[in-house]
Amino acid sequence: MNRLGELERAVMDVLWARNEPMTVREVGKALAERDLAHTTVMTVLDRLAKKKVVTRAREGRAWRYRPAASRENYVSELMFDALGQTVDRDAALAAFVQSMDGQEAEALRRALAEIEQPRN
Amino acid sequence: MVSAALLSIVAVCCLVAMEALHRAKWPSRGPYTAVIAWQALGLAWGVSTIGALLAFGLSSYELGAAGGVMAMVSDLITGEFLLAEFSQGLVGISHLVAIVVAVTLTLVLFAGLVASFVQVVRVRRRHHDLLELVASDHPDVPGARVVDHPAAAAYCLPGVLRSQVVISAGALAVLDNRELAAVLAHEHAHLRQRHDLVLLPFSSLKRAFPKVRLVRTYYETVALLIEMCADDQARRKSSSRELAMALLRFGAAGPAPVPAGAMAAVQHAEPDVMRRVNRLLRPDDELPYHAGAIIMGSSAFLLAAVTCLWHIPV
Repeated sequence: MNRLGELERAVMDVLWARNEPMTVREVGKALAERDLAHTTVMTVLDRLAKKKVVTRAREGRAWRYRPAASRENYVSELMFDALGQTVDRDAALAAFVQSMDGQEAEALRRALAEIEQPRN
Repeated sequence: MVSAALLSIVAVCCLVAMEALHRAKWPSRGPYTAVIAWQALGLAWGVSTIGALLAFGLSSYELGAAGGVMAMVSDLITGEFLLAEFSQGLVGISHLVAIVVAVTLTLVLFAGLVASFVQVVRVRRRHHDLLELVASDHPDVPGARVVDHPAAAAYCLPGVLRSQVVISAGALAVLDNRELAAVLAHEHAHLRQRHDLVLLPFSSLKRAFPKVRLVRTYYETVALLIEMCADDQARRKSSSRELAMALLRFGAAGPAPVPAGAMAAVQHAEPDVMRRVNRLLRPDDELPYHAGAIIMGSSAFLLAAVTCLWHIPV
């Protein structure tokens, strides 16, 4: 992963860990061990806002940033895409096994049991 | 008129051949050859249908489809074209209708392809952005990103510079190491051979005509063949049995069984995954070399013939 991507991830981790909107300065302070320039933190937050994964609201003279959704929400969104449950999205990703209904899954469970039986 | 008639015959033959290909047994023995045959038939059907309409609509020029389009464009600018057709009465109007249908069909097919491509790129970019934030690397799966979710999923995110293989924690939990390697080989084959681009025309057709059952069926047939292509690549490195076991484990980790009463109404055909598993565990002989060559040759001949028919001036 490139440096910017890695920074974006670190900033998101900070925002997710705190349960309140944060200013650029506060984010920079939380990542103090990285010794980031103020403008760097600002750039990263700006990029995240463009990707619509953080939202910002003005408070006094400073912007306050917070995640647009929780980490769990994003993981669910990824898996939703991956299992092909969203209409029109099946061409974007190629899943190893497309999502199945309960009956199909049951047929596979039976087949798996049959194959594994001789071993046990 | 001769070219219009011949192109119509070709278009109908393409439809018949697609149905035959859909029912045929040999494609699972030579999935690559079958995918190429599907592409050739699909393309030939589109080009011959549009050509037939144009050749009929522009028959007054006696220049054929391709020459007629050129002549029509220059006459449309001077305005003589519409006047000449209207003066022919009903025949002229039927010509105009054919031309309008041909142009509409061209636009729908082309716009559908562009819209699909844009949509796919958009979904992938968003997916990639989110992956960067929540996926992690895992020592057991070099070259793949891991998403911490209990459902079993493995997939690839194609792209020119940023292609990626992703696997879920749930999938890692149900697979042993050799099965995992087989799954990763399968996904890397998709990425290496850009299978997503092969499938794109078919998925865009499905978007353009969502209500047409035949389009959906054919899309699913091609998608299954492409999975078989990747399976074949994967079993060069891993054993067929491991790949088949991985498929079954993924499927078995799927949704819980439906209550018996609820599913009595629909009797499903064999699931696609099961066909892949059977093919891996009990492989048929590969399609003989000469059979593949004949199919490829026919595909090339078909496309060449349609191109020629567009240029027949009668």
